[in-house]
Amino acid sequence: MIPANFNYESPSTLNEALNLLSAHDDAKVLAGGHSLLPAMKLRLAQPAMLVDLGRISGLSYIREAADKIAIGAMTTHAEVAGSKDLLDSSPLLALAAAQIGDTQVRNRGTLGGSLAQAHPAADYPAAVLALDAEIVAHSHSGERVIPATKFFNGMFSTALRNDEIITEVRVPKTRGEGVTYKKFHHPASGYAVVGVAVRVKKSGNKIESAAVGITGVSEIAYRASAMESKLRGKPIGAFADAAEHAADGIDVIGDVYASAEYRRHLVTVITRRALEAAAK
Amino acid sequence: MATPAKSPTPQKKTNGKAGNGTWVGKRMKRKEDPRMIRGISHYTDDLKLAGMVHCAFTRSPHAHAEIKAIRTDAAKALPGVIAVYTSADTTGLGPVPCAIQMPDLKVPRHPVLAEGRVRYVGEPVAVVVAEDLYIARDAAELVEVDYEPLPAVTDLEKALGKDSPLVHEQLKSNQAFTHQLKNGDVEAGFKKADRIVKQRMMNQRLAPIAMEPRAVVAEYLPGENRLTVWSSTQIPHLLKTQISLLVGLPETAVRVIAPEVGGGFGSKLNVYGEEGVVPWLAMKTGRPVKWNEGRRENFMATIHGRDALNDVELALKKDGTILGMRARVLADMGAYHQLLTPLIPQLTALMHAGCYKIPAIQIDIIGVFTNKMSTDAYRGAGRPEATFNVERIMELGAREMGMDPAEFRRKNFPLPKEFPYTTVTGLTYDSAKYQESLAKALKLSGYDSLRRRQKEGWKRGKYYGVGVSTYVEICAIGPSAATPAGGWESGTVRIEPTGKVTVLTGASPHGQGEETTFAQLVADQLGIDPQDVNVVHGDTLAVPYGIGTFGSRATAVGGTAIYMATQKLKSKLATLAAHLLGSKPADISIGRGQLTAKSGKRIPFGEVVLAAYTARNIPVGFEPGLEATHFFEPSNFTFPFGCHVCSVEVDIETGEIKIEKYVAVDDCGNVINPLLVAGQIQGGIAQGLGQALWEEVVYNDDGQLVTGTLMDYAIPKAHLLPEFTLDHTVTPSPVNPMGVKGVGEAGTIASTPCIVNAVCDALSPFGVRHIEMPLKPERVWNAIRTAKAIPAIAASAEAPRKREAVRRRA
Repeated sequence: MIPANFNYESPSTLNEALNLLSAHDDAKVLAGGHSLLPAMKLRLAQPAMLVDLGRISGLSYIREAADKIAIGAMTTHAEVAGSKDLLDSSPLLALAAAQIGDTQVRNRGTLGGSLAQAHPAADYPAAVLALDAEIVAHSHSGERVIPATKFFNGMFSTALRNDEIITEVRVPKTRGEGVTYKKFHHPASGYAVVGVAVRVKKSGNKIESAAVGITGVSEIAYRASAMESKLRGKPIGAFADAAEHAADGIDVIGDVYASAEYRRHLVTVITRRALEAAAK
Repeated sequence: MATPAKSPTPQKKTNGKAGNGTWVGKRMKRKEDPRMIRGISHYTDDLKLAGMVHCAFTRSPHAHAEIKAIRTDAAKALPGVIAVYTSADTTGLGPVPCAIQMPDLKVPRHPVLAEGRVRYVGEPVAVVVAEDLYIARDAAELVEVDYEPLPAVTDLEKALGKDSPLVHEQLKSNQAFTHQLKNGDVEAGFKKADRIVKQRMMNQRLAPIAMEPRAVVAEYLPGENRLTVWSSTQIPHLLKTQISLLVGLPETAVRVIAPEVGGGFGSKLNVYGEEGVVPWLAMKTGRPVKWNEGRRENFMATIHGRDALNDVELALKKDGTILGMRARVLADMGAYHQLLTPLIPQLTALMHAGCYKIPAIQIDIIGVFTNKMSTDAYRGAGRPEATFNVERIMELGAREMGMDPAEFRRKNFPLPKEFPYTTVTGLTYDSAKYQESLAKALKLSGYDSLRRRQKEGWKRGKYYGVGVSTYVEICAIGPSAATPAGGWESGTVRIEPTGKVTVLTGASPHGQGEETTFAQLVADQLGIDPQDVNVVHGDTLAVPYGIGTFGSRATAVGGTAIYMATQKLKSKLATLAAHLLGSKPADISIGRGQLTAKSGKRIPFGEVVLAAYTARNIPVGFEPGLEATHFFEPSNFTFPFGCHVCSVEVDIETGEIKIEKYVAVDDCGNVINPLLVAGQIQGGIAQGLGQALWEEVVYNDDGQLVTGTLMDYAIPKAHLLPEFTLDHTVTPSPVNPMGVKGVGEAGTIASTPCIVNAVCDALSPFGVRHIEMPLKPERVWNAIRTAKAIPAIAASAEAPRKREAVRRRA
């Protein structure tokens, strides 16, 4: 558990960090380090340089921005989970954050770091997808706002360019809507075997619209769009049939803990339960 | 000037049967804890010696391969590298020892570094010595090895097949040994049986995962011809002897120290190749050398536990009486034998009668080589496997007979008056009241109401299950005749001139808390305060030869040695006090910091002690000083027992298991410190639940280790566990004067079948008989969906959907 040799830089401004990234192709950005450092200790990742964002001020905050809440990329999971602003007006991200790893991980791991890592079983991806969140990235060419639905390209792969750093995530306020995050934990890693983030708008006794983000099931977190359209106009509680379609068209992964067949079954159960909880 | 020891505060009597009740039986916090909690104690990896260098091993990525060539040039060229060695350099070192002797046991040569062939993933091939750990690890990756991969075998039954790849070609087969234990007329028992219950059960491979992985530091001083080895071990003395044989130094030149040891669970009851290589490196390079395995090495190259395929049969009479038992056990040895590897399944055979009257038994064990890491002792070591087989087949027997599983067990218990009870496997159980612990556990768990709720739940589509496990285990290992390296233990008690007491124990505690319990028992005997008793262990130069801590033996054997040594000192103190008080030794009593004559005259403890050292006023023939040593040889093992009951709810849609209640009633004889006993039971249950629910070392068909990190291998964590309700009964052992039995492994032994019984019980309406461990949700879901029966669910609001779910699954 000893990493290979690497250089370490800790810039004090975002601009310096971007300079380092531009100058060093094989540099990796270090945020909370809870994905990157374990990979380095196993020598699965051997970056030549780490650019630590920890000493750059102004990247950790949660604040209102018009009809959205803006969250700084270096905000820890624990801060997201405990944010009164989020819990009051857009709780889904906080609910997901509360179920990441354990206390130590939540105290160190960051929102931006987790999204940039794009682990296929991470919790945030399901939530930002269901929320249609915006991911803000900076580079020397300026600011770019990437919709969550266009952010994840594949396992550990995102729309982020090598010279870009995530600085902020913006989530919509969801007052009056039903949201929940239901997770089936892996007993060793704590990652999601299945994680389902749900956001439903009700109209009387019916579902007006539903947005469902699912993680852990495939190489990439996804929106269960086929199911979402089936839910539109359905009476509250009649979710079982729609939930059967939670992984329609999805290439479901299997591993030594949960086979693809079991995951495909599990995602329908967890999705139905998440819908029931969100619509309550 | 010497000051007398201060008088202890008189304590209320609690469970004082193992002593005077002043300190024995008292809940005392561990003396060890403050230094550990504050992080100011010293583990092997904390040692820093002047000039110390580091080593790292290059390990095989293949389960089975021919080594065509090893090139070390690149590694040697890395700045900071001192030396790189392969098996070509270590021909005089080793082999890794196996202590077990059996008539047809095959013991293949087990080199410290692979010789021409590797046989499991993680087998050491080369070792690098470098100025720092980082360089050592980098250089270990620069050692180039040309492998020609060979077919590997990981499956026990395939390994015994004709076409199997051979782990050791020269042995012509993968069979390491066969062992049969047979007694009584087994054939007749099965012939006249009204019912025969059979079940195949896999006791899966587990990784011990001590918090501290293995670590060794060695220093050799050629002038003094003194090799000092610090190792994270449970057996410093046996290791000292073995290291002297491994490296070829006289035993008198070797000193082994076990500093703080961060857990062992049996995995450090061993002699590893690395424990020979690191001292050899220190001798070869002339520098102190440190090796600390990482967690990945710990998964690959520290022994594993369990891994046995069991076919168990029970013959029953109509009324539920047991007529006979048969079992065939295929036990996975891994690629090589470690110290005790072939012994472990024999303990399974010995304990296969459980706590029941069984007239005839036949246990056939076949030891099998596979391309995996060696198995060896892991908390329970062979007994959890036996108890699992017995308690599962008893559960299935009860179900087959339509009897309540608790009642079925009770019917087959020996009565208390039948003890000492000789089992069909040839053991003599010392003492027990199985009926009492069962009754207590049933009452504490509210067994009858759990059963009522279960029946009522089934009607609503709720699947509650109740698990019962009544166990007996074998502890205080053990009489020397029955152990490979001596089963006694040493204890020295020295009352220093100031009245403070030094205790030297050959047992080598590594988390069990004997610095506290041994201090309690000595303080209790001498009428002083436990804070005035310092227990020293783990240094072969300071402590007389001893055996170690394993098999729940430290208190019953090592504690008794200390108790006996203390009696010698008490007699000496009484003689001296009688002399000083003008009384007779027989009329002297000791307690509360003083010695009192029948006449009422008394003298402070410290004054008598000082008189023994100043030796100016002693009786004729009185030997000055106050030190006594006792080597205690037990006459028998001890047999703790108890009953665990749990209730679970199974989510039939996901296969998840929720443990609602867990009750453990254990009997470890007399108790020295109830707090530490509770700690052992709690930890043991947690570890047993780990096996039942989460833990599993998985090698794929190619012999690659799939669960090689803590991200894949699930150990029990606090938030995954329910609260345990603990209680005990007290049946003293007649085997030792304190009446103690041992408690280190009970929780691990009893809890695993308890959980599996409960889950299978919950799913009995589906006709589910057995689910293999760990009870992963997917396995539970699969058992339900492939089950033959569809339970009738009464009408309720939820029922239509549940019924639909069940239909789809069937």
